[in-house]
Parts: sequence; structure tokens; C-alpha cells
Amino acid sequence: MFGLYQSAFGELVANPLNIVMLLIGGLLLYLGIAKKMEPILLVPIGFGIFMANLPLGGLMVYTLEGLPAPVPPINELMTALGKGELGLLNVLYAYGIETEVIPLLIFLGLGAMTDFSPTIARPISFIFGAVAQAGVFVVFLIAYLSGLFTVNEAACVGIIGGSDGPPTVYLTIALAPRLLGPITLVAYSYMAMVPIIQPPIIKLLTTKKERAIFMKPQVRKVSRLELVLFPVAIFIAAALLVPKSVPLIGMFMFGNLLRVTGVTGRLSETAGGGFINVLTFLLGIIVGALMPAVLFFKAQTLAIIGLAVVAFAVSTSGGLLAAKFANLFLKEKINPMIGAAGVSAIPMSARVVQKMGQEANPRNFLLMHAMGANMAGAVATSVVAGVFLGMLQ
Amino acid sequence: MAQEIVEFPIAGKVIEVNVNHGGAVEEGDVLCILESMKMENPILAPVSGTIAKLDISPGQMVESGDLVAIIEY
Repeated sequence: MFGLYQSAFGELVANPLNIVMLLIGGLLLYLGIAKKMEPILLVPIGFGIFMANLPLGGLMVYTLEGLPAPVPPINELMTALGKGELGLLNVLYAYGIETEVIPLLIFLGLGAMTDFSPTIARPISFIFGAVAQAGVFVVFLIAYLSGLFTVNEAACVGIIGGSDGPPTVYLTIALAPRLLGPITLVAYSYMAMVPIIQPPIIKLLTTKKERAIFMKPQVRKVSRLELVLFPVAIFIAAALLVPKSVPLIGMFMFGNLLRVTGVTGRLSETAGGGFINVLTFLLGIIVGALMPAVLFFKAQTLAIIGLAVVAFAVSTSGGLLAAKFANLFLKEKINPMIGAAGVSAIPMSARVVQKMGQEANPRNFLLMHAMGANMAGAVATSVVAGVFLGMLQ
Repeated sequence: MAQEIVEFPIAGKVIEVNVNHGGAVEEGDVLCILESMKMENPILAPVSGTIAKLDISPGQMVESGDLVAIIEY
């Protein structure tokens, strides 16, 4: 009888690590709300961490290792929910995330929100987008050789360096679902911190004179035909070269096609509007709820936090150096910072480049050029995820 | 006196105008904020001088190449 009125204070005090997790959740809420850093993701993730770490609530029921309790076959689901053996978030996790449904549909929405015209106008962007995946492979190797991670887990740690959310989630569910919580949290947090991580690296590897290199702000006007052919061509090329990238690239390019046909505006507005918003807060809150203290406080988590910085740094440097290398052959020099925007984190790194370009030379307006590399980086990360799946699945 | 013509680098919507006709600006000062690609982008003064022409207001949609201001220096 008194059990009905049992409060959760005792449980909470008995597990001080839960309190640390609550502080982490609070920090994410603060960064999202007060500092406006990726609020659309950090606010749901922060609140999800609360849901995971206040005991006895039952929104998400965990196994002893801190993983979501498995969901029974659908005919027994109602009974399990009624008995409190499972919570709402268990169901959302099982049907939305483990099935890869939510990250893939989010990618459809992102495609509908993405304007590839800066990439089409400067196809060289693809080189930067590709080279900026360097961090993915470098950290993949380091993580694997460290002995802390299996080869599958190492791939998921590496892909953080592509700084693109949905491919990271997609790959991790497929290869290392146990690490989904920490990897997604670290990936989205670092994306939010790109404006802090990238500038020192860019400054280290470029001179002020290079950063001041002026580029005409406008990129070439791109025709409707090019815009329509782009997603179709990229999809076919990716499907033939890296078949395992089909789910990600297919959704991304389908969303983009809806945007550019000129006759499917209603569909693309919905895909990039209410549709993706619903999926985004579902993803955020579920990811937050994947981080009970027992799972989070492990050497692996700390290693992920450290390795991810290396991944971002190597990818940024790779893009920069590729752009400097390209300048050796180009008559009209490009601003090497454009390469750093190949680390997608759309649109964070493009913003960083834009801002640093203006600081070095007030006439500079590099946004469109940086966006080109940015979008190319997103495509490249999806392809890399497909490569890993092909190798490891 | 030389004139510097400042144009909008890309299309978008003016959301804030930070200088006045006849006012003085330093190189690097923010002339206005252009919302484009869902981002707020400051348009900076390329030279120090006086605003000789300014014909934009908040809320206005602009194309790339439209005039932001003419600065005399």
C-alpha cells in the first residue's frame, strides 16, 4: 500500500552517478536554451537524459547494463506496457530507432531542406567534402588499435568525424547499437561546438593573407535541369559504387528531388516542415533516454569524447590542406578555409568560414562557397557510412 | 572623394539596418544584417568613411547585386 506513495529520493541519493547525469542533462538544456547551441537537438536530448536518470519513472525501462529493455512481440506489448515492464520510450526506441525508421526519414526531410546549388556550381566542393572525411578513417584506426573498441564500434566512433547526425545514428544502430547513446550525444554536442573547435585549427594552418583571399560572393546560377538531375545522378552513382549507402543517399536525394522539381512543393514543404520536426524531437528524446548513468560512466564513453575531437580536427585539417593543395594548380585562387567547411555540421562550419573570412577581409562573403563544401561533406559522410556497412556488416 | 559601392553578396531579407544616412562608419562595422539560407549574415563596411547613400529598410527582400550603401571616403 505505502509502495504506491514511494518517492524516488532514496533511489536517487543511492546512485550519485545519476545526479551527475542530471547535471549533464541540465548543462545540455542550458547550452541549448541560453546559448542557442543546436537547441533543436540539445533541448530534447537534455530532457531525455532527465527521463533516463530520475529513477522509478518507467518511461524507459532498462536492463541491468543500462540498455533499453527488449520489446516483446506485438501481441504481448499491451500487457507489458500495462504492467509497467516497459515504457513509452521503449516502444519508440524499438519501432523507431532499432528499425532505422526515424533516422532514415529524417534524412528525407533534410534532403528537402538542402539547397545543393552551391555544390553544383562548384563541383570542386566534392573534393573538399571527400577529403574532410579523413578524420573518420584516422579515428577509426586509432579507436580500433586502442583495443577499447571492436572493429564495428571503432567505425561508429570514427563516423562522428563526418559531423553529420543521421548517418552516424544509422551506422551505429547497424554496427554497435550499445553505443548509440554516447556516440549520438558526442556527435551532436561536438557539432554544436564546431564554432569553438574549428577556428584555432584553421588559424594554425592558414596565414591571415590566405584567409583574406577574396572570392566573388555569388556562385554561378544553376538551372532547374541541373537541380533535378543532381539528386538522380548522385543517387544512381552512389547506388552503383556503394550499394550499402542506398538507404541513406536514397532518402536524402529523394527529399531533395521533391524540393527542386518545381511541382512537388507541397510534399517538400511537409517533408522539411512538420514531418522532420516530429521525427527530430522523437530522435532527440530517445537518444537522451539512452544514457542512464550505468551505461554512460565507462572508459569507452570518455574515449569517445576524446577521439571525436581528434576526428573533427583531422577532418578540418584535411579539408584545409586539400584546398591549399588545389590552389597550387588553380589560376583563380580559392580561400583555403572553404576546405574546412567540408566537415559538414550543416551549416555550422560554413558559418565559421564565413565569419573568419569576413574578419580577415571585410569584403569577403564566403558563405555560398562554404555551403557548397558543406553539402558535399554531408553526401560524402553518407557514402562513407555505406562503405563501412559494406566492409563490416 | 572616392566612393565605395557596397552590394548585397547574395539574395535574402534585410532584418536589421545598423547605420544611418550621413553617419560615419569604420572598416568592418556592420552595415546591416541579411537573413539568407536561414542564417543571419552581417554585411560589413569594406572601408572607413561616411554613408552617402542608403536605401534599405528592415523586412525588405533583396537580390544579389542590389545596393546596400555607398560609402564616401
